[in-house]
This record gives sequence, structure tokens and C-alpha cells, in this order.
Amino acid sequence: MLSNIRSMWLVFLRMFHKRVTVQYPEKKNYLPPRWRGRIVLTRDPDHSERCVACYLCAAACPVDCISLQATEDEKGRRYPEFFRINFSRCIFCGLCEDACPTYAIQLVPDFEMAEYNRQNLVYEKQDLLIDGQGKYHGYNFYKVAGVAVGVKEKGGGDNEDKPVDIKKLIP
Amino acid sequence: MPLGLIMAKIFVDNIEYEVPDGKNLLEVCLSLGFNLTYFCWHPAMHSVGACRQCGVVNFKDENDKRGRLVMACMQAATNGIRISIEDPRAHAFRAGNIEALMLNHPHDCPVCDEGGECHLQDMTLMSGHNYRRNTFKKRTHYNQYLGPFINHEMNRCIQCYRCVRFYNDYAGGKDFAVFAAHDDVYFGRQEEGALENEFSGNLVEVCPTGVFTDKVLRKHYTRKWDLTSAPSVCHQCSLGCNILASERYGGIRRILTRYNGDVNGYFICDRGRFGYEYANSDKRIKQALKKSGNTLQHLSKDSALQEIKDFIFSGKNIIGIGSPRASLESNFMLKELVGENNFYGGIPKQESALISQAISILHQGKVKTPSLKEVESYDAVLILGEDITNTAPMLALAVRQAAKNKPREKAYALKIPHWDDAAVREIVQGEIGPVYLLTTHHTKLDEISTKSQYTTPDDIARAGFSIAQQINHSLPTVDTADDAMQAFVAAVARDLLNAKRPLVISGTSLFSSSVIQAAANIAYALKDSGKDAGLVYAVPEVNSTGMSMMASKDLDDAIARANEGGIDALIITENDLYYRIEKNKADDFLKNCGHVLVLENLQNETTAKADYVLPAGTFAESTGTVVNNEGRAQRFYQVYKPSNDICSSWEWLNEFRNSVSDTYAENFDAVVDEMVKRYPDLQKVKFAAPDANFRKGTQKIPRETARYSGRTAMLANINVSEPKPPVDKDSPLSFTMEGYQGIPPSADIPFFWSPGWNSVQSINRYQTEVGGSLHGGNPGVRLLEPSEENKSGYFDKIPERFTKKEGEWWIIPFYHIYGSDELSVKGPALAERIPSAYISMNEKDLNKNNLREGDKVTISFSGDKINVPVKEENTLPDGVAGLPKGFEGLTGVQFPFWGKITKV
Amino acid sequence: MNPIWAHILTLVLVLLVMVTIAAGLIYVERRMLAVWQDRLGPNRVGPFGLLQVMADMIKIFFKEDWIPKFADKRVFVLAPMIVMISILMTFAVIPFTPLISVVNLNIGLLFFLAMSSLGAYSIVLAGWASNNKYSLLGAIRGSAQMLSYEVFMGLSLMGVVVMAGSFNLHDIVMAQNKVWYFIPQIVGFVVFFIAGIAETHRLPFDIPEAESELVAGYHSEYSGMKFGMFFVGEYLGITLISALIVTLYFGGWRGPHFLPPVIWFLIKMFVFILIFILMRASLPRPRYDQLMSYGWKILLPLSLLNLLITGACVLYFK
Ligand code: SF4
Ligand code: SF4
Ligand code: SF4
Ligand code: SF4
Ligand code: FES
Repeated sequence: MLSNIRSMWLVFLRMFHKRVTVQYPEKKNYLPPRWRGRIVLTRDPDHSERCVACYLCAAACPVDCISLQATEDEKGRRYPEFFRINFSRCIFCGLCEDACPTYAIQLVPDFEMAEYNRQNLVYEKQDLLIDGQGKYHGYNFYKVAGVAVGVKEKGGGDNEDKPVDIKKLIP
Repeated sequence: MPLGLIMAKIFVDNIEYEVPDGKNLLEVCLSLGFNLTYFCWHPAMHSVGACRQCGVVNFKDENDKRGRLVMACMQAATNGIRISIEDPRAHAFRAGNIEALMLNHPHDCPVCDEGGECHLQDMTLMSGHNYRRNTFKKRTHYNQYLGPFINHEMNRCIQCYRCVRFYNDYAGGKDFAVFAAHDDVYFGRQEEGALENEFSGNLVEVCPTGVFTDKVLRKHYTRKWDLTSAPSVCHQCSLGCNILASERYGGIRRILTRYNGDVNGYFICDRGRFGYEYANSDKRIKQALKKSGNTLQHLSKDSALQEIKDFIFSGKNIIGIGSPRASLESNFMLKELVGENNFYGGIPKQESALISQAISILHQGKVKTPSLKEVESYDAVLILGEDITNTAPMLALAVRQAAKNKPREKAYALKIPHWDDAAVREIVQGEIGPVYLLTTHHTKLDEISTKSQYTTPDDIARAGFSIAQQINHSLPTVDTADDAMQAFVAAVARDLLNAKRPLVISGTSLFSSSVIQAAANIAYALKDSGKDAGLVYAVPEVNSTGMSMMASKDLDDAIARANEGGIDALIITENDLYYRIEKNKADDFLKNCGHVLVLENLQNETTAKADYVLPAGTFAESTGTVVNNEGRAQRFYQVYKPSNDICSSWEWLNEFRNSVSDTYAENFDAVVDEMVKRYPDLQKVKFAAPDANFRKGTQKIPRETARYSGRTAMLANINVSEPKPPVDKDSPLSFTMEGYQGIPPSADIPFFWSPGWNSVQSINRYQTEVGGSLHGGNPGVRLLEPSEENKSGYFDKIPERFTKKEGEWWIIPFYHIYGSDELSVKGPALAERIPSAYISMNEKDLNKNNLREGDKVTISFSGDKINVPVKEENTLPDGVAGLPKGFEGLTGVQFPFWGKITKV
Repeated sequence: MNPIWAHILTLVLVLLVMVTIAAGLIYVERRMLAVWQDRLGPNRVGPFGLLQVMADMIKIFFKEDWIPKFADKRVFVLAPMIVMISILMTFAVIPFTPLISVVNLNIGLLFFLAMSSLGAYSIVLAGWASNNKYSLLGAIRGSAQMLSYEVFMGLSLMGVVVMAGSFNLHDIVMAQNKVWYFIPQIVGFVVFFIAGIAETHRLPFDIPEAESELVAGYHSEYSGMKFGMFFVGEYLGITLISALIVTLYFGGWRGPHFLPPVIWFLIKMFVFILIFILMRASLPRPRYDQLMSYGWKILLPLSLLNLLITGACVLYFK
């Protein structure tokens, strides 16, 4: 009983404390760069799409809200033919970003995505793709991968030797 | 093959297990459910001990604490052997080995088509190796163009040698090899170009890495975990190989082998693997169509049902034409709808008679027709008139294995176990067992034949009768063409008699009933001499056998009936008449039949002439049963629910039957029930697969993997609220990822997966023993068993010798794996491999007519003319010419025929 | 003025003021909860967010008033009305000032007890008519709780009655000219206060609606204006209990003369309303069995004892 009264008293005293409410949107909070908000697809340093349509983000997504279809350009470079995120399902867990081997998919500090119509929360590739590299600069997956696909000569990657001449006889 | 029935006791990590004797440790460990890593061992190609990945520690006895490292795949699982998989040294060895194999492995997984079903990924994880320490530069390789089927990415190779062992040793390929030396070895072709072997597609599954991947899939690449798959049966020839067909976003994405220990085992041919693209063709009929003027106009499903009911079914005399590429159920439903007397099989009399004869020989005769897998166990083979590489490709692969049996006995005699592949081959030294070919011209299997003879179909039959006579002397003697043939006949008879299990293979491809009878006679004669003989007939299409078991009348009967007049309407189910019979004949027939309703999957000449066309499902959109050449009824399941009106033909017909006669089959099982009631011969079809009520516990079997992605986004562009997933009332499978996650019944395996085993190697977990039958027995039921009392008896109608005609040629069909099949040719990848049309004849005939290879000629025959270039084929007999079957412009040609050939 | 007209005027006035206060309490409660929880509370609609109530009202009026297909329709509609009516009726006997009161009943206190017993029906009927297991569970809890606490409530009031010698609320207020009854009747006051919370099923005794267990208890299936009636009914209940506390224990309209009596009454009443809200802000909900045993094992003996001692004292000092 007394403890109840004590807690009532303590709660009553909160009246004279500072408010924690931030008056959004007049005032906006600082969001750290690794805040998990709106998802973007970024580009390589050479300005082509980073996403190689490997489907790993889609597989990682716990609510299955990413769907895409891989396709290739004439050089064999793979990219998504379409890339769709249903933000009305997304829980902004960031697992897709974790799964992405190319830094293509990134969550950025922007959460102001509300829509009156739920259908408008379905983002297609043109809505997701940005012009820059996002949070991770300078990484180009194809420079470290084995496939050439027009990005480099075969064997021209960062960690590769020139292709073997299989006709040479030197042991 | 000495497969032990004796059991051996082995100790794995100090626990005792009973295993069949005579196997190697790797096999038994995998069958026991252990996770043991391996690369070079393949269940069909056995051990060579090349990769060193399957290391385990072997102890002398229970007191031995040190043990020694052995390769499990090279060690027999003998009684009392003690090994440890979990020993830290074994672990370290396997992890280190992978690390070494991966020194040069590229950082490719995200763009590698093997990713997610990569044996290398699985094994790396399993071995525990997880961090790359090597910082030197990686070796790289140039890739090769290998044709429209296979993509090459040589950097990913781990030098396990499985590819060459499959392509060259197992499938008999000649245009592939391993080049260079030491850590530079290169697996590819001598020069860029399409891989010629008919089984090249299996490299996709055989190669444990992403060196060889499916190029057709690559066009619309989807990961394994994202595919909706269903157990299916290949519809591209009569063998009925089991396949897994997979879909994503409303299109078939790829075909994989579905292991069936009685049929195709671990492999399928390239026509089956890559010939599915017609299912995605833009020529697909996706909605009901109605003829208005010269065009076809779309109809909604309901109005189509109503209009067709009023328009077609108001008629009194309605006849139905079935099809050998439609399922038993679709043919049956059509028959139910139009009535027994008005149902006609969809093939001309000549072909129909041949198939019926083959069926009756297999059913009434006393010789058993082996399953495709059993073919591999025969030790002497005679092929009569059939170019099986092109008409029944997987049969050719089986014969190639059978050819190895006799020579291998030498190795077994030396106590070398059958799984010790390298040692066995060392003894065999490329020798091949007795395989005799008696064909019209040079065929690819000549590569492995002891002796091949080429002659005309009639003379093939005569030689066959003669062989039978040499085996069973009570038969009438037949003289053969020449001494060479005489010697051949004698050699064949001798070797067949010397064999333990001789096999005779023939088929309908030459359109000669004498050849079929001759083959039967040989087999009967062998049986009478106490041999465990086998007899295999190749038939033209996937359900030729099934349809013929149901249809008592054929297309020619229908034409005759139509000529009499009085037919109000015609219903054609999945059959292009213009593919079956000549154009003018088909035109007349359609004209005589009043209104025409066609159920079809692709637009063709017949649909262009129809009053109404309904969209019928291919194997991808329908469920059904087909009967292969062996008489094995096998179920194939709908892969996905299309968003359009396409559905199984039997479903359409069922709707009409409901509105016409008020009988409605509730689901697929109800159709099967009705059918087996009507056809006692088909009784067993009911047991071809579990029925739709089957549940594992309370659960259906999911068509989608547990890691299926994108469910809430795939259709979000259409509507952000996800639709209710479709319900499958026809099968125990569900269209979703929810359901039983363990091993389903063998006929209902939609994909192979097991924890830790994402690649096709997980098949090991689905089998009772490696290479054995699936858990619960292999799927499919045999409808044709030989009769004890040999109701059929020997045939005695021996054909006359072939006599040439001056100025005319006896034109026989030539078959091509890519080109001689109606539907597969409609896919772009396969179409790239179709040769252009030609007519072949030998040099002598060419010279006689002043022709040179490449000259264009006109072939004229009964009122028709065809223009093609000539080609030299010196093995063809005089006066005989070969014309490819089923090629564009050559469909509807009735083989064989006398034709005049004149230079253009 | 014609006394009939005067009556009707008082009646309408009291009705309007009470309903407005109850509605206003929605805002007050939200705002005060926020204040006690370091937040701001509604502050967007109108000055200081005052129009929030209006907005909520408009919203609730336009919401679909849905009656589930499985519900017993007539009873379903009846239940929320009973709450409103039974509580509003009680206000009739409250003397806001010597002049402002709807009726001056001799049995005013009994009338209050009768009406609050009727209130239990609304809960039982609502829960029953909803045909939903959560609603029914809520209703069962509600009726048990209300019936039990009714007992101590009545008993605790008896002390006041004994001291004032009347059931008439007017008389009771008049009797407090020397000392407000909360001093001699402190035990009675505490018991009545606790029982009052339980009667209005306010937090921490909102066991019939326990969101975390029963969705929303007996009114789970209610929406639109019917839900609105339960909602406003709850605030009316708070107001009523506060008004009664003031009347019975805190001298009613009495107070120094610089303010008119009605203002004194309202000020006192609001203090208790705020205590109600403060309790919601600070106290957790007990378990159902705790609530019951607390009532029967502590409050009942306590209020009996109080009655006994009060009676003895009154007799002794007479
Ligand atoms: S943030 Fe999480 S829920 Fe959203 S798309 Fe990525 S993985 Fe899916
Ligand atoms: S994980 Fe990255 S690279 Fe792969 S599909 Fe998703 S966004 Fe593209
Ligand atoms: S072969 Fe396997 S491990 Fe290698 S890149 Fe491809 S998926 Fe990755
Ligand atoms: S290409 Fe594939 S199958 Fe061939 S050796 Fe390399 S990894 Fe093995
Ligand atoms: S699997 Fe045993 S050595 Fe390769």
C-alpha cells in the first residue's frame, strides 16, 4: 500500500521533469549514418549498377519482401532486370544489407516514406537506384571476382595472374 | 556386377553398423547418413581417389589409437573395419585439402550459377575450412564457347576430373578432354564450339563447381531455392526419364534429373534437359480462342465453355482424336466425352499398328522388356534398325554402359571391386563387349559396336530372322544379302548365345513391322535357349504406348469415317494433324468434320484451322500419367498454376462432360479411378503415385523450398495485397513452401535437398543405398509383363529382299536428337543445334545422278514436292535415301516412300 | 421561475456539464498521463491540442458502427446504453451546491448504490451478447468484481450514514459543517475510494478489460459510437465517484467564501479525478485473484470494523 502511494508520488513528481518528446517535424533528430531506413541500390565506382542479381538479399529477407530477376548485358555482366521491394512488408532489419556481397543494397538514414496508398510502398528498381556509392566507397565486386564480364580483361583483377597459356610445354 | 547381399559389420567412430559387403567406405558412410566430404567420387562413375577429400582415419583394431589416414572412397567396407570420420586429424586433413583445392578459386559465388546448389560450397562448409589464408595471386583461365547449352567458367575448377570421366568415359564423348599439366590443367574442348555429345548437359550436375552451368537457365537465372518445382516426366521421347521441372515468375526455368533407380538414374539427355523452352514460347495459347473470319479472337473461360457447349456439343456425331503426347487421363477424358466408338488415336495406321505390335509382343510374348536402368546390366547387345542415340538417347547411354560389362569381368576375376573405377579401366583397356548394330546407315553407336552392318529395312529384318534361325534351328532358314552379312549374322548369333544376358533392341522408327518381328524372334529364340534375354522397343513419343493401349482405332480410321460424311464436330486433343499426315489429307479431313475444337499448347497449323481453340497445358501446367516404351506408367505433376486459362486437357474435357452429361470428376484421382475401372489393363496406374489425399502427418509436400524468397514482393507490382496461394486438389503437393520438410514418397520428390547438402549430391540421402532405389521404392509401375505361356509365338512372315527401282529412291527417315521431336524444336536453344534439312544417299547414287554434296534437289512423291540439298552418306544402301524426320517443311511426310529425286 | 422549468433547466445543465466533463476528461487524461510520463501528450489539434477531443469525437461518430454477425443484436445494442443511463441517473442525486441538484432524495445514497449495481448489467450483457470468449471472460470478471466491491462500498458508506443520520446527500453535506467526514471516516473513505476504482474498473483494477490478456474484455467487439458510450461511460464513472467522494467525505460544496460553492465542488472533484489518472499512470494491474482476495479478506473486515467502531462511537457520544 505504502509502496503504491510512493510510486504515485514519484510519478507525480515527473511532472516537473524535462519532456523527452521531440517535436517532429519542426525538430529533427540526428540519425547516424548506419541508421536502418529506406533501402537504396548503389552504383560502382565506375558508375554501373553494383547489384549483380545474386538473390542473396532476397533469400536473407525474413519477410520475403525483395524480389528480383537476374539478366545479363551483352558482355555477360549480370544485373537485375527488375528489383522490387515491398516496403509495406519490410521491417528494416538490414539483413539484406548484411547479405549483399557487393555493397549494392544499403539502408540509409531516411524513414520519411509514409504513403496514403499502400500500393505506393512498392518500390521498383528505378525508385531504389541512386547515383552514388552510398556508404561504402571504392568497392567494385568485379575487380575481385573471377569473371571478366567487360569490367576487366580476363585475369586483370586485383588479385589475379594473367590467364594460363595451356599450350605451353614448360612443366 | 558382384553386388553383395552379404552384410559386413563396420565401426564408424566406435559405433557398429551393418552394411552391405562389397561397397566402399564412402558409399556406406553416405548411406548411413554421415556427412563426409568428397569430390571425385560419383555414385555412377565410382571412385578414382583423385581429390583426397574423403580422408578418414582407419584403425587396425580397437586398441590402435594412432590409425592411419585412408581415402574412404578407395577402401572396401570389409567386415570389422574401424574408421573415424570425426577424428581431429581427419577433420584437419579434409579442411586443409579444401583449402588447397581453393587456392585459386575465384571470388565468384554471387555471380556463379552454381551458388546455392554448389557441392564445393557444401563441402567447404562441411569440412570446416572458412578463412582464406593464401594471399598470392590466383591463376586464371580463358573460357570457351561450348554451344547453346553449357556455359564454361574455367577459373572455378578444382580438378576433380569428374567432367572428363563422365563426358568421355561414361557418355563416350570425343570432343572434350583435359589439357595442360600440373596446376594449369584445363577441361574443355580442343577448340571452341558446341559440345557434341548428347549428354553434355549432365556436366551441369556432374561438375561439383560452377565450371559447367546451364546456359539456358542463365538467360533467366534463378537460384535453386527460389524455384517452384514438381516431379515430372520428360515428354521429349518414349523413355520417360524422370525430371524435376522448375518454375519462377510463370515460366519454366530449368529441368534437372530426377533420380529414378529403375529408369534414368542420375542422368538425362540434352533434348530432355534443354528442350523445355517451348513451354515458355510466345506461341503458347494462353486463352480460349474463337475463329472469326481468318483470325482467332480471345474468349474468356466462361464464355468459351458456354459457346463451345452450344456450338460443338449441340452436334450429334462428334468424334475425338487423341494424342500420343497427351496423358492417359486426357485421352481417356476425350474418349469418355465422345464415346468409345468415336474416339480415335492420334497417329496414322501404320505407326499405330507398329506400336500395338510392340505392346503385344511385350505383353503376350515370353521375353521381358527390361527397364532403362536394367539395360545397363546386359552383357551382349544387338540393335536392330534403330538409331537409338537419336530416337531414344538415354537408351544409347545405357547401351554404352552395357558394352562395358563383358570386358569388366576380367577385372572382377582379379578381385578388383567394381567401384574401383581407375583400376577396372586399367584392366579393361578400352575394350568393349559384344554390341552389334544392324542399321540402315552409320549411327553414333558405331563407336562402341563390335561390328556394324548397314542395309535396307527389309534386309535388316531378314538378317534378324536369320539370326533367330541360327539360334533356334527349328525356325525357317533365311538367306541374307551377301557373305559379309552372313558372317555378321553368324557372329551375332554366336555372341548372343555366349552371353549370360543378351539384349535385343529395336523400335518403330523404320516403320517396319518385319524389323519388330525379327527382333522378337531373336529374343524368343534366346529365351528358348535358356538365356535371360531382354527385348527393348523404342517407340516414337512419350505416351505412344499409353495411348495405344487405350485406342482401338487410329487417325486413318477417322479419316475414312469423315469421308463418309455425317460428322458434326471434331475434337482434337494436343495433336497437330499437319505433323502427322500430309497437308492435303489433313485439310480434307478437317473440312469433312464440320466444326473443329482443338485443345493445344502451341499455335500450329491445326489450331489455325479450328473454330475453337482451348489452351491445354504442357507437362508444366498439367498433371497426368504417361506410359513409356517399357510399359511403365509414371505420374507427372503440374509445376505451377499459370495466371492465364491454361490447364490440363482432361480438366477442359471434364468441364464439357459435366455440362453435356452431368458427370463430373471431382479431381485427378476421380479421373484415374474411372479410367482403371474401364481399362483393367491400366489397373496399376492407380498406384503410380500417391493420391491427392496423401499427407505426411497432416502435411502436403511443398513444391517450394523452405528458403523460397520474395513471396511478399513477387506480385506486389500487380497488387500490394498478396493473393491467396492456389490450392492443388489433384495431387499431394502444395504450391507453397509450407508442408512436410522431410523426405517425401519417391514419386513426389519436387527437389533434392538435405541439411548441409544443397547440391544434387543430396540424392544420396533419398536412396536406400547409394545408386540403389529411392526410399519406398522407385516410382512408376510396370503395366506390361511377359506372359508365361508365350501367347505370341514366333513370327514367320519374312519380307522379300529389297529391290531397287530405277529412277526412284526408297526414302527412309533419319532421326536427329535435335529436330525430330515435335515440341522441343520450338525452343530457341535447342533450335540452334538443329541441322538444316537435307537428303542423304551414297556416293554411288550421287554420281549416277550427277549430284554433288550440297546440290539442291527436288523430291517428288505422291503429289508432293520438297526441295532440299543432298548430303553424302556412304553407308546407306543403294537405292535408299535418308530424309530427316520432323524437320521444318518435312512434317507430315509419311515414311518410308518411293520418291523421285531431281536436281533443281 | 416556474419550479418545473427550473428543474428541467438544472437537469439539462447537469447532464450537459457532466457529459462535457466526461468527454473533456479524455483529453485531460491523455495530457496528464503524458505530463507524468515526461511526454507532451496531444498538442497538435487546436490550442494545446484541446480540439483533440473534438477530432476524436468526430472520428468516432463517423466510424462504422459494426455489429458482429454472431452477436445477439438487441442485447448488444442495449448494453452500452445501460452504462450511460445508470451513471447519469446517479448524478441526479448529487448536490452540487445547496441549490443545484436535480432531486433531493431521502434515499440518495441508496439510489446511488442501486444504480451502480445496475451498471454491472451493462458489462454482463455486453460480454454475453458479443458471443466472443474474451468478451465473456471479461464480463465474468467484471460482474464478479463489481458485485464483490459493491458490498464493501455499501458498508463503507454506512459509517457516513451513521454519523450524518441520513441517506440524504444534502443532509450529509450539511452534517459536515464541523469536520469533513474524511477525518473521522478515514477508513471508510479509503475503502470507498478503492471500491470506487473497482466499480468503475479503472486502472489498476481494469481487470475486465485487461488488454494484455483479453484483447479489450467485454467490449472487444464494440466499435463506433457504441464503443464511444462505454468509453465516455468510464469517464462519467470517474466523475461520479469523484463527485461522491467530495460529497460524502470532503464537505461537498463547502469551502471558504471567496469562491462560489459550485467552484469549490468542481475543484475538489477534479482533484480526485486527477488522482484517478495518477493511479493509472503509476500503478500496475494486480492479478484477478489478488483483487478478489484483497477485497474479501482485507476490505470487507476493514469496513465492518469501521461500521462497528463508528456505530459504537456514535452511541457512546450521543
Ligand atoms: S531490411 Fe530486412 S525486411 Fe527489409 S528488405 Fe531488407 S531484409 Fe527484408
Ligand atoms: S544481395 Fe546485393 S548484389 Fe545480390 S541481388 Fe541483392 S542487392 Fe543485388
Ligand atoms: S563453384 Fe561454388 S564455390 Fe565456386 S564460385 Fe561457384 S558457387 Fe561459389
Ligand atoms: S571442370 Fe568441374 S568436373 Fe571437371 S575437373 Fe573441374 S571441377 Fe571437376
Ligand atoms: S572422393 Fe575419395 S578421393 Fe575423391
